[in-house]
Amino acid sequence: MKKTNYFAWFIFILGIFYFFLPLFATLEFSLRMKKGVYSLEAFRVAFQDPKFYQNFGYSLMWAVLTIVFSLLLVVPTAYWVHWKLQKIRPVVEFITLMPFVTPAVVLVFGLIRLYGKPPLNLTPTPIPLIAGYIVLSFPYMYRSVDSGLRAIDIRTLTEAALSMGAGWGTIISQVIFPNIRVAILSGVFLTFAIVMGEFTFASLLSWPAFGPYMEEIGSMRAYTPQALSLVSFALTWTSMMIMQRLGRGAKGEEQVAVAH
Amino acid sequence: MAVEAKLDSRRNPGGVPKARPPKTRINWSWLGVVPFFAFAIMFLILPSLSIFIRSFQGPEGQFTFDNIVAIFHGRDFINAYRTSLTISLITAVGGGIFGFLLAYSVILGGLPSALRSFLLTFSGVASNFAGVPLAFAFVATIGNAGLVTRIIENVLNVDIHARGFTIYSIWGLSIVYMYFQFPLMVLIMAPALDGLRREWREACENLGGTELHYWRYVALPILMPTLLGTMILLFGNAFGAYATAYAFSGSFINLITIVIGAQIQGDVLYNPGLGNALALGMIVIMSLSMVGYLTLQRRAARWLR
Repeated sequence: MKKTNYFAWFIFILGIFYFFLPLFATLEFSLRMKKGVYSLEAFRVAFQDPKFYQNFGYSLMWAVLTIVFSLLLVVPTAYWVHWKLQKIRPVVEFITLMPFVTPAVVLVFGLIRLYGKPPLNLTPTPIPLIAGYIVLSFPYMYRSVDSGLRAIDIRTLTEAALSMGAGWGTIISQVIFPNIRVAILSGVFLTFAIVMGEFTFASLLSWPAFGPYMEEIGSMRAYTPQALSLVSFALTWTSMMIMQRLGRGAKGEEQVAVAH
Repeated sequence: MAVEAKLDSRRNPGGVPKARPPKTRINWSWLGVVPFFAFAIMFLILPSLSIFIRSFQGPEGQFTFDNIVAIFHGRDFINAYRTSLTISLITAVGGGIFGFLLAYSVILGGLPSALRSFLLTFSGVASNFAGVPLAFAFVATIGNAGLVTRIIENVLNVDIHARGFTIYSIWGLSIVYMYFQFPLMVLIMAPALDGLRREWREACENLGGTELHYWRYVALPILMPTLLGTMILLFGNAFGAYATAYAFSGSFINLITIVIGAQIQGDVLYNPGLGNALALGMIVIMSLSMVGYLTLQRRAARWLR
């Protein structure tokens, strides 16, 4: 048994080393902008660039639009499938998993070829970009909403609300939504983390965003890209931490919902 | 008898046909999923379908196999597929094995439980930390002026680049990909390892089995579908990656995603049909791996509930 323990420690330390070495190296690299001393010069340069805020703002906008439309599509559909159309659940599940089969590059390619010229020219609008992001968000968004719905008795709750004379707006906003709020939020934060650093769609569809901006800085400057890289990592880290916190609260909340 | 007759006549009084046959009711409930399906058709299914159709279309729109044949004639395309497949295979197997061992060490290796939740949190972050920032992180680590490169040069006095080593190679890119590959393995394997029941181990021990017997004949066969299935997932994950490779090595490494990206930015192949065929090739490979994954997943579900 002791032997296993040493082995386990060895593997764990190796893993931690792999995790942290690039992060540490990035930090060290980003501090070396001034010759001979460690300084925050790279961060100062990065944060002084007005284009940083511009592109970051664009990415925020794309993220918000994606989240709003993804929720509008996924939540009612998942709810409806749970309540009325259990039969087509495999089909919906299959569609939400399709982004795993169609890589981003391929989807962009298809979208540009299909909507890049008349009769339906969508490429001057951000519609293909947002649509692509929504498709990317499907697996995460649908899965979290679906598991949230699975944890509560949709049918009973809906029918109880209907029999008490509640309208659809009331049912969605007062009954269903509060019960799956945590599930929705975890999907939201994961989507946020994905869209904020996304490069493929934004770059190939030529829309300003944080990902292509980082790439551009990377080909122009040294040291600042690493500073931006750390900013991006912090962003991913924060989203994931919030998700984890919510996840921990979710168990309690779900139990409450079932107990009622 | 009389009662039966009475019942019978009530059911069908005088042999008259029953009331109107039940009207075929239209099921309106499918209307609720129309927006979702409309969206999926427009932005997921039609684009894929258009790639499929145009792969078999010549410049004048006529049916042809030329585009498919051209892939196999162009050495660059076969090489691009081969490079992509090699990197995907290396990182799927390497990341899979290491991720499994890592998950094993925190779940069953007797490590403090605080380390377990720490590793799982970190894996969640790392598996999503990909693309441009990841590429920069590794440039700072193993790039020409990276930390590890400098340490090797200063401490060991070895100029690794003079020896023909470059990180802009299949192995270099594999090291980068591993950063998001094995955390994903950890995330999927941890619950599977948690699902191994203590009774199974006890049963094995009671029958005189050793630790090795337990792993060889009980645990590994149970875990195998999950293990292989997840490796396939990792394979697809690496195969479709574009941003990381683009930011890390530009067009140094000729991945198939890079070729398709270049084709999107400008028709570098001077043949739109060929671009479609290359994209179709990716879809076919990804679909095959997905079928493998789903099959294995179904088998895994038998034991791990």
